[in-house]
Amino acid sequence: MDSTLPKLRNIVTDASLNPAQKTHYLALEAENLLSYPPLDSETSRALDDGIICDMCEGHAPFKPRYVLPDYSVVLKKGSDYLELPAPVTLAEAINTLMIAYHQVPSVTGMPVYIGLLDELLLPFCDEVSDADLHQQIKLFWRYLDRTLPDAFMHANIGPSDNRVARTILRVDAELQQTAPNLTLLYDPATSSEQLLAIAANNIISCCKPHIANHPIHAQTFDDIGYGIVSCYNALPLAGGSSTLTRINLKEVAERSTDEADFFERTLPYYLELQFKLMQSRINFLHSESNFFRSFLVAEGWIEQDRFTAMYGVYAMAEAVNALQDLEGRDGRYGFDATANALGHRISAVLAETVANRPVEKCWRGRAMLHSQAGLTSDHDATPGVRIPYGTEPDPVSHIRALAPHHQYYESGISEILTLDETVRNNPEALVQLCKGAFANGFREFTANVASNDLVRVTGYMIRRSDVDGYKQGQGSRTNTTALGSEAVDNNGILERKPRVISHEFNPSYD
Amino acid sequence: MSSTRATISKILTYSCVDGPGNRLVLFLQGCNFKCPGCHNPHTRGICNHCGECIPACHVDALSIVDGRIAFDPTDCDQCDACLEACPINANPMVHDYSVAEILEIARQHHEFLSGITVTGGEATMQLKFVIELFSAIKADLELRNLSCFVDSNGHLGIDAWKQLLPVTDGGMLDIKAFDPAMHRELTGQDNQRSLQSAEFLNAAGKLYELRFLLIPGITDTKGEVDSLIGFVHKLGAETRVKLNAFQRHGVRGKAESWQPMRKDGVAAIAEQLRAAGVRNIVQPVLFT
Repeated sequence: MDSTLPKLRNIVTDASLNPAQKTHYLALEAENLLSYPPLDSETSRALDDGIICDMCEGHAPFKPRYVLPDYSVVLKKGSDYLELPAPVTLAEAINTLMIAYHQVPSVTGMPVYIGLLDELLLPFCDEVSDADLHQQIKLFWRYLDRTLPDAFMHANIGPSDNRVARTILRVDAELQQTAPNLTLLYDPATSSEQLLAIAANNIISCCKPHIANHPIHAQTFDDIGYGIVSCYNALPLAGGSSTLTRINLKEVAERSTDEADFFERTLPYYLELQFKLMQSRINFLHSESNFFRSFLVAEGWIEQDRFTAMYGVYAMAEAVNALQDLEGRDGRYGFDATANALGHRISAVLAETVANRPVEKCWRGRAMLHSQAGLTSDHDATPGVRIPYGTEPDPVSHIRALAPHHQYYESGISEILTLDETVRNNPEALVQLCKGAFANGFREFTANVASNDLVRVTGYMIRRSDVDGYKQGQGSRTNTTALGSEAVDNNGILERKPRVISHEFNPSYD
Repeated sequence: MSSTRATISKILTYSCVDGPGNRLVLFLQGCNFKCPGCHNPHTRGICNHCGECIPACHVDALSIVDGRIAFDPTDCDQCDACLEACPINANPMVHDYSVAEILEIARQHHEFLSGITVTGGEATMQLKFVIELFSAIKADLELRNLSCFVDSNGHLGIDAWKQLLPVTDGGMLDIKAFDPAMHRELTGQDNQRSLQSAEFLNAAGKLYELRFLLIPGITDTKGEVDSLIGFVHKLGAETRVKLNAFQRHGVRGKAESWQPMRKDGVAAIAEQLRAAGVRNIVQPVLFT
C-alpha cells in the first residue's frame, strides 16, 4: 500500500489525463490490490519471469477481455433492462446502438465490438434517402469517436456490397478519425470487386479498413457467426473471449539447449503453464465474478458458453533466430527458407497443442491460438509471428514468408504491410496484393501507407498530429494516443522506414 | 520453348509505379540513350568483361572465369560498389534468363500480379526476347490474365512496334524533350522516332501513359511545357500524362549539379496543363 499511494496521487494529479481516464487507472490499481487467482508455484514463477504474460488484465477478472454482443437482439426486441422499445426508424436504430454500447464492458472499459453495422442497419434503411443515410452515419461516426474514444473499438462491414457499407466507407474516409476501427469482411463470391476497390482507396486515404478473409473465418466459426474486434481478434459472435494470455517464444528458446530441447522439453513445459494461468483466470471470471448474471445474458445479447480463451504467442522471429544460432545456422526469420520453415513448424506444434488440450468453461472446450500483436512495454520482442520492423522484405516476399502461419491462428493474426507512398497513384496494386494474400491463406490483410496522418500501432490507429500534441503536454481525448505515444518513444517508429508500429496496449499506469 | 535469352539486371515482384496494379518488373540491361539524368545509369552499358569491378567487391563475389565476369550472389550484400567501379555504366551482376525461367517466376507470384512490365535500360533493345516472352504469357492458361506492358524511350522503329504491339497491352513512353536540339543534347539521339512511337501506340489504343521528366531550367521551360500541351492535344486530351520530377538520386556526371525539381514546381506545371485542357495528369508522390 505504501508504494501504491504515491502512484494513486500521480494518477489523480496527472495533467495529461482527463477525469474519466484517471478513474479508469484508479480502478485498475484498486483491482490489483486484491490477491491473484490461485496459481501453482511453477506457473507463478513463469509469470513473474515474463515467459508467460497476462497482458496486465488485472488481478480479479470481473469482466471478459472481449465481449461481442449480438446487437440484433436489442434492435429486434428492444431491452427490458434498458427500458428500450424495438426501434422502427434508422434514427431509432442508431440511437438504440448508441445506448447499447455503454452497457458493453471489455478490458479497456469501452466496447471493442460495435457490430456488423451494415447488416444491423440495412433493415431500417428502406425509406431512407442516400443523403439522409450519409448524414445519419456521419453523425453516428462523430459520436463514436467523441464519446468512446478508443481505437480498439471495432466496427465490421460486409461481406455483401450494400449501400450502408459504402456509406460507412465514404464517411470513414471523409472524417479521418482514429475511432472506430473498421474491418471489411471480404468474400470473393459475394463482395463485389468495386467494394474491394473502394476499400483500397480508403486504405490509401486513412489506413482503414482492415480486410478480413471471410470464407476462412466463416469456416472456423459457426452459423451464429463471428466478429473482428480490437486488434484483429476473430471471436465468436454473441460471446467473446474470457481472457488473453500470451507466451514469449523468445524466452522459451533462450531456455533451450538446442532445437530438439526446445520442441521436446521447454516448449511443452511452458505451453502447459500458460494453460494453467489461463484456466485460473477463466475460473475466477466464470465462477466468482458474477459477470454472467448480467442482463446481457438474460436478454440474449451474449451466451456464457460462447466465450473462448485466446492462447497468445509472440516473439516468433526472435525465437527462430535464437534456435538458428543454437544450431549454427545463419539464416534469419523472414528471409531464409530454413528459418521460415522452422517458424511454420513451431506454429504447427502450437496449433496441435491447443487443439488437444481441454480448457474448462471455454467455447468448444478448447482455447484458440492467437498471434499476439504486442504491448507498448515490449522490448526486443516482435509481435506475434511478424518479421522484425524495419527489416521487412518487399510486400510480396513478406506475405509469402508469413502466409503458411495463418492457417493455425484461428482467433486472429495480422501482419502490417507498409507500402511507400507511390501506391497512392495506383490503388489497383493494393487490391492485387490483398487478393494474392488471401489466395495464399492470409486471414487478415492490413496495410499502412507511408506518411498518412493516421498510423497503425499494431492494430489500432493513432494520429501523428495527436502524438505531437500529447507530447507537448496538451493531453488527448483518445485513450490510445498515450499508448501510441509510448510506442513512438520506445521504438522510434515514426522515423522508421515507412512506418510500422508494434505493440498492443498497456492498460496500467506507469 | 524458345532459346532466346535476355540480359536482366533486376527483377521485382512488387512495383506500383510500372503500370496498372502490382507488376512483375524486368529491368533489361542496355540502353540506346545516354541521358545524364538517368537514375539507373548502371542499366545502360553491356559488360565487356574488363574486370575493373572485381577489386571493388568486398565480399569477393566477382571473378573472371574463361575470360568472362562471373558473379556469385551468395555473399553479395548489394552494396553496389561494383556499379560505381564500372567504367562503362554496365552491371556485372546481370543474369541471363530464358523465357521459360521468367514464366516460372511469374507463375510463382501470379496471384499477386496484375501484369508484367519490361523496362530497363531500354527494354525494346532486346525486342526478340520481349516478343517471345509476351507471346508465351498470352498462350499460357494460368498467366494469360497478366497484362503485358513496355516502358520505353520510344526510339524503336514503327516496323518493330508492329511486331511487338499485337502481344503488348500497353506502353509507357518517355519523352525526354520536345525541342530537337535539347533532346539530342540530353540523350544523344533525335526525338522524331520517340514522338512517332507515341502517336503510333496512341492510334493503336495502347498508349497507357506518356511520361515527361521535368528538370529545372532544362525541361520545365515555357517552350517545353507548351510543346507538351500541344502534343497531348494531338494525342487526345484524355491521355494519361505522368509528370516525373528530376531528383539527384542515382545520377552520375553533370546531372549531379542539376537542381532537383520541387513539388510546388511540378504542381504549377500540372496546373498549367489542366488549364490547357489536359485532363489526366499524374504527379509524383515522393520527392527524395
